[in-house]
Amino acid sequence: MIVSTDNLEPGFNFAYLDEQTKRSIRRSLLKAIAIPGHQIPFGSREMPMSYGWGTGGIQLTASIIGKNDKLKVIDQGADDTTNAVNIRRFFKKVCGVSTTEKTAEATIIQTRHRIPETPLRAGQTMVYQVPIPEPLRWLEPSEVETRKMHALSEYGAMYVRLYEDITQYGYIATAYDYPVMVNDRYMMRPSPIPRFDNPKLHMSEALQIFGAGREKRLYALPPYTSVKSLDFEDYPFTIESWGKACEFCGATNSYLDEVVVDNHGGRLWICSDTDYCSQRQSAQRQNAAAVSVVNTSSVSPEIFKNGGNRS
Amino acid sequence: MNTLLDVQNLSKAYGSVQACDRISFSLYPGQILGIIGESGSGKTTLLSAIAHQTPSDSGQIIYRNSANQILHINQISESERRQLMRSEWGFVRQHARDGLRMKVTAGANIGERLLDIGQRHYGRIRAESSEWLEQVEIPGHRIDDLPGTFSGGMQQRLQLARVLVTRPRLVLMDEPTGGLDVSVQAKLLDLMRQIVRSLNLSVILVTHDIGVVRLLAHRLIVMRHGKVVEQGLTDQVLDDPHHPYTQSLISATLVP
Repeated sequence: MIVSTDNLEPGFNFAYLDEQTKRSIRRSLLKAIAIPGHQIPFGSREMPMSYGWGTGGIQLTASIIGKNDKLKVIDQGADDTTNAVNIRRFFKKVCGVSTTEKTAEATIIQTRHRIPETPLRAGQTMVYQVPIPEPLRWLEPSEVETRKMHALSEYGAMYVRLYEDITQYGYIATAYDYPVMVNDRYMMRPSPIPRFDNPKLHMSEALQIFGAGREKRLYALPPYTSVKSLDFEDYPFTIESWGKACEFCGATNSYLDEVVVDNHGGRLWICSDTDYCSQRQSAQRQNAAAVSVVNTSSVSPEIFKNGGNRS
Repeated sequence: MNTLLDVQNLSKAYGSVQACDRISFSLYPGQILGIIGESGSGKTTLLSAIAHQTPSDSGQIIYRNSANQILHINQISESERRQLMRSEWGFVRQHARDGLRMKVTAGANIGERLLDIGQRHYGRIRAESSEWLEQVEIPGHRIDDLPGTFSGGMQQRLQLARVLVTRPRLVLMDEPTGGLDVSVQAKLLDLMRQIVRSLNLSVILVTHDIGVVRLLAHRLIVMRHGKVVEQGLTDQVLDDPHHPYTQSLISATLVP
């Protein structure tokens, strides 16, 4: 495939980072893939944006992206939020690669908060932006000690947090960044994805890599890795449910965002995965057209006119 | 009877300061060994060297575990040692804050030791926690309170419960009554005496308070400048001290 270089910003190496840096990150990535869930230090570079904006994920993407890749970037499940738009634009500028909003078409998906609802397939790579990679950090401030705890699989104290949740709320209330055991060996923080997405990590067909730029750590889940969410025997792991359907596409099995629509307490629930939602809507529209029905409009309220085309 | 713990020629120096100088003793199951001496005599160093928190320079620490295996504490792997400290050994610290997790509830503090050894059933862990709170005379309704809201004596009792929940065989105590007022101290000592007897615990008790060892300890070691100057049965040492240092230590006690 020939990549047009017209829109490439001059004066940069392909994918912004120089070849040696990318190679060193790829070497760390190989280590990470060899030991699923284990944190590997890497030489995190200064990026042209501040920490907390996904510098870790961007470096991983930059080091693995090729000219034939198709990139999708999501933030809170949406393709059109500031962070997602800017990261996508950044890679377009420094790589000239084509980008997409469709999960099925993408070869690399960079994300922070969500795993797309559309099941991932073999050959795809998920890149997660991770703020704090160490799951044990909240209970043990010393890095030396946490490494020792990982080395010796001393994870009992981590359950103290779940115990406290049940004691306080009657159920495990940890809603995001829910700790998991990878391959029955290492405890891992799955970046701030909702616990709704935790089951998608398990035995995923796609390669999943995690980068924390500020903390200079990366880790990975190779395809088909077992990932178990922590729980108690008498309080098993559960995912969130809303008892509602998406206002636009009617999905009941996706992660729903609650949106306040007026000053009178009016609210509605919509899919957080915009690509999933709009694909379902267009499929519904096509079906409706096939049945030659005049009224194809969904139940979108006023403020979300054309809400179906949010992406 | 077999010894539970054998310490042979244990030495530890901090630079030119010899904190522990060739210390040897044996501890039998159910025995409480008191170690007294003035500040800086090496008591605490000895205790942390036994637990291998401060690696010793030379000497042997030999422990017979519940499976009747002989373990050399400074030769076994770190993971075995940590496993031992979580299950068969316990460490009660002078400041409850060092031994407790102050940001989680009393129940979780006790439950943590159970979680450490692999229990994963919330209901059972909680039941055991409240049982132990009762044992150490903390009202059951305080199980969901943070240790920071407890009084000093209660914190110390909570620490005791946290250590004892896994039924250790050997408990190392570093000045467990330090910083408590006399009446609270008396209550804690009374409780410790009961628990130690009913569980047949072996205890190494480091203190500078002669009243505490008189009440609790079966045997006594008197340390000075890192050396053992006198050892024997508690009553014998306290009532008929031979070494001049022991004599001065005992005569300096305020208690009549």
